[in-house]
Amino acid sequence: VKPVLVHFPGAVNSKFTTQMSFQQPSTHPAIPTYRVMDSDGVIVDKERETPDVPDEEILTWYKNMLTVSIMDLIMFDAQRQGRLSFYMKVSAGEEGIAIGSASALHPSDVIFAQYRETGVFQQRGFTLAEFMNQLFANCKDGGKGRNMPVHYGSSALNIHTISSPLATQIPQAAGAAYALKLQSLQNPNIMPRICACYFGEGAASEGDFHAALNIAATRSCPVVFICRNNGYAISTPTLEQYRGDGIASRGVGYGIDTIRVDGNDIFAVREVTKKAREMALQDGGKPVLIEAMSYRVSHHSTSDDSFAYRARVEVEDWKRRDNPITRLRKWMQAKGLWDEEKEKEARGRLRREVLKAFAAAEREKKPPLREMFTDVYEEVTEEGRSQMVELGRLLDTYPAEYDVEAFEGGREG
Amino acid sequence: MLRNGTRSKSLEVVCSTRSFRRYSGNPPPARLNAPIDYSITPLLHHTAKSLQTSSLSSKSPAARLNLFQAINGALTHALRTDERVLVFGEDVAFGGVFRCTVNLATEFGSERVFNTPLSEQGIIGFAIGCAAQGMKPIAEIQFADYVYPAFDQLINEAAKWRYREGETGGNVGGLVVRMPCGSVGHGALYHSQSPESLFTHVPGLKVVMPRSPSQAKGLLLAAIACNDPVIFLEPKSLYRAAVEQVPTAAYHIPLSKAEIMKEGKDVTVISYGHPLYTCSAAIAAAEEELDVSIELLDLRTLYPWDRETVLQSVRKTGRAVIVHESMINAGVGAEIAATIQDGAFLSLEAPVQRIGGWATHMGLVFEKFNIPDVARVYDAIKRTVEY
Repeated sequence: VKPVLVHFPGAVNSKFTTQMSFQQPSTHPAIPTYRVMDSDGVIVDKERETPDVPDEEILTWYKNMLTVSIMDLIMFDAQRQGRLSFYMKVSAGEEGIAIGSASALHPSDVIFAQYRETGVFQQRGFTLAEFMNQLFANCKDGGKGRNMPVHYGSSALNIHTISSPLATQIPQAAGAAYALKLQSLQNPNIMPRICACYFGEGAASEGDFHAALNIAATRSCPVVFICRNNGYAISTPTLEQYRGDGIASRGVGYGIDTIRVDGNDIFAVREVTKKAREMALQDGGKPVLIEAMSYRVSHHSTSDDSFAYRARVEVEDWKRRDNPITRLRKWMQAKGLWDEEKEKEARGRLRREVLKAFAAAEREKKPPLREMFTDVYEEVTEEGRSQMVELGRLLDTYPAEYDVEAFEGGREG
Repeated sequence: MLRNGTRSKSLEVVCSTRSFRRYSGNPPPARLNAPIDYSITPLLHHTAKSLQTSSLSSKSPAARLNLFQAINGALTHALRTDERVLVFGEDVAFGGVFRCTVNLATEFGSERVFNTPLSEQGIIGFAIGCAAQGMKPIAEIQFADYVYPAFDQLINEAAKWRYREGETGGNVGGLVVRMPCGSVGHGALYHSQSPESLFTHVPGLKVVMPRSPSQAKGLLLAAIACNDPVIFLEPKSLYRAAVEQVPTAAYHIPLSKAEIMKEGKDVTVISYGHPLYTCSAAIAAAEEELDVSIELLDLRTLYPWDRETVLQSVRKTGRAVIVHESMINAGVGAEIAATIQDGAFLSLEAPVQRIGGWATHMGLVFEKFNIPDVARVYDAIKRTVEY
């Protein structure tokens, strides 16, 4: 019997069948994980070309991964000493995803991040001073001291400021991508560009993930969704996060081209992102989903002791077995690009650079007090102005109760 | 049908012997609670002459439009004059369930006027992203009752965007969110709500509600031009009912500016949106029967609101009545009343009265008893005057 296409508008390519069979997730093979090099830094497929990147660029990636990881260690300790209110030991184990993917984007591509993408900022050119000014929320912080540490942002680098609510950036990235698409349609002088949107596998459980992938697909938005699947959302392992085949299997359900990649393999991440960017701009624009697998080596944040919910030995295993930094280092050493001497020199130098920026940022005053009221609206409202006056009156009446000298301009700020 | 399958005899008897109105209505002898006659209400510009003598006076010709047509006109103008403007939401492409976007997709194309999947958080998140890249998205939430899935996006994201971006200057000021709101006679729990006070508690958002077609056009164009995100609430009961002369040219009505619709010297009545018609009728009755002169204020922008105009009026009259459809507790009226006692304390001759929805939900058949009607506003005026 020849299968007959259904006429139902909701599933036009479906055919009728007389075999009653429920689709079972267990009978669908898990989506494979793409890799270029193994955990010893050896290119797996001998037939393929080595990465299409000059050695100097690979050295920059490595340096950037090291910088992020060294900054993480220093800032984590600084928070422990009470010199910083909060820190996300953000990147350990995920430096390859951030830096590998960012290296494949065009500088004009717009980025929406979650908070564990310090490497993206580093790769794009966010300076150590900018990191430190934000972390210390001082008067040189572009965010004017309003955001918690690690909520970086840079319009110059086309990265929107990070916000704490999880997954909210995902539908925003779809909308921003649609805007980019329309702008290049309306003005042919504007180069077509994409949005890249990062989020963790835990955030993918939020309704905004669903809303975003669906609207991105229906409106054909040039957006690359990059999910960092590191196995944990704070204390929740993925077994309690979902029962499907990770995040990648969902992309297909939304009609989105999808790939899963080894997140500890910077070459694979870069290659996949590069291709995804190309695909996102094809056929008038479309979304692409990348699920990058990794392991969150560090605690969730400085407010978290992850050994309360996972074995120390599991973490130590991961640190030893595989991480993106040592993997690339092994590759570079095999190629004669790197050695123990260079490693020692680079680590020492980066540590000194980070500490220098740290000390400079810590010395700066906080932003002027008026910045508490500005930027709520484009103009300060009449109500806002009257409350600024009222705060001034309080400061004058109770000068001993407030530390205004820590703020630029003090009382008059 | 009863559970055993037999029809209730008593119900049959009742249904066949009494004539029921489908919805709760006004009894025939009602003096105050007569239906609003929109064709004669002084709130609408029924003639070109009335328009010319109003604050909207312009050289532009005018046309008779209802509220949805005025909204449509404003959207058409915005789309025509600024290619950054986009219009989207659920079912907007064919013209919208209230016809506000009729013909827009045909004229401006499906790239700029389009349907979204049925997801409020998606619509607003998408709109915020568009605005963050410099577009001017006008997103529609089909009913204000369904804005809650998008609350996180509006409150944590849209409202805080400019503040958290700091000196990078990023903002989503191009965003306007339109939503039909308010009672409509039979909307029950989820087609009647007035959630404005949930937004007036959010720094970073502007909240606007027009009272008429001419106001809607000017306020919507101002909202679109405004560089802050705006929640634009449209009283759906006025979409077809309110018809008046509307200038055909584009014009802006300033945000955060209340309008004194009628001058008076004994009592100030402050309201916005649909209840202004109720207030107007109550004022007419009160002035005739109580020998008082009443000032009527349309707040228009509910946040950031025009405190000075309200305070000046109450300092003059010494009495204030605030009327809105949403619940009294923590409603917009609470903020106004508190501001009046703070800013006009020495002028007050009576407690500030608040008239609003009761502390309940909009049960289908109870609507007429729940929303402020002419009798309740009249009663509030009377008690304030006689205090």
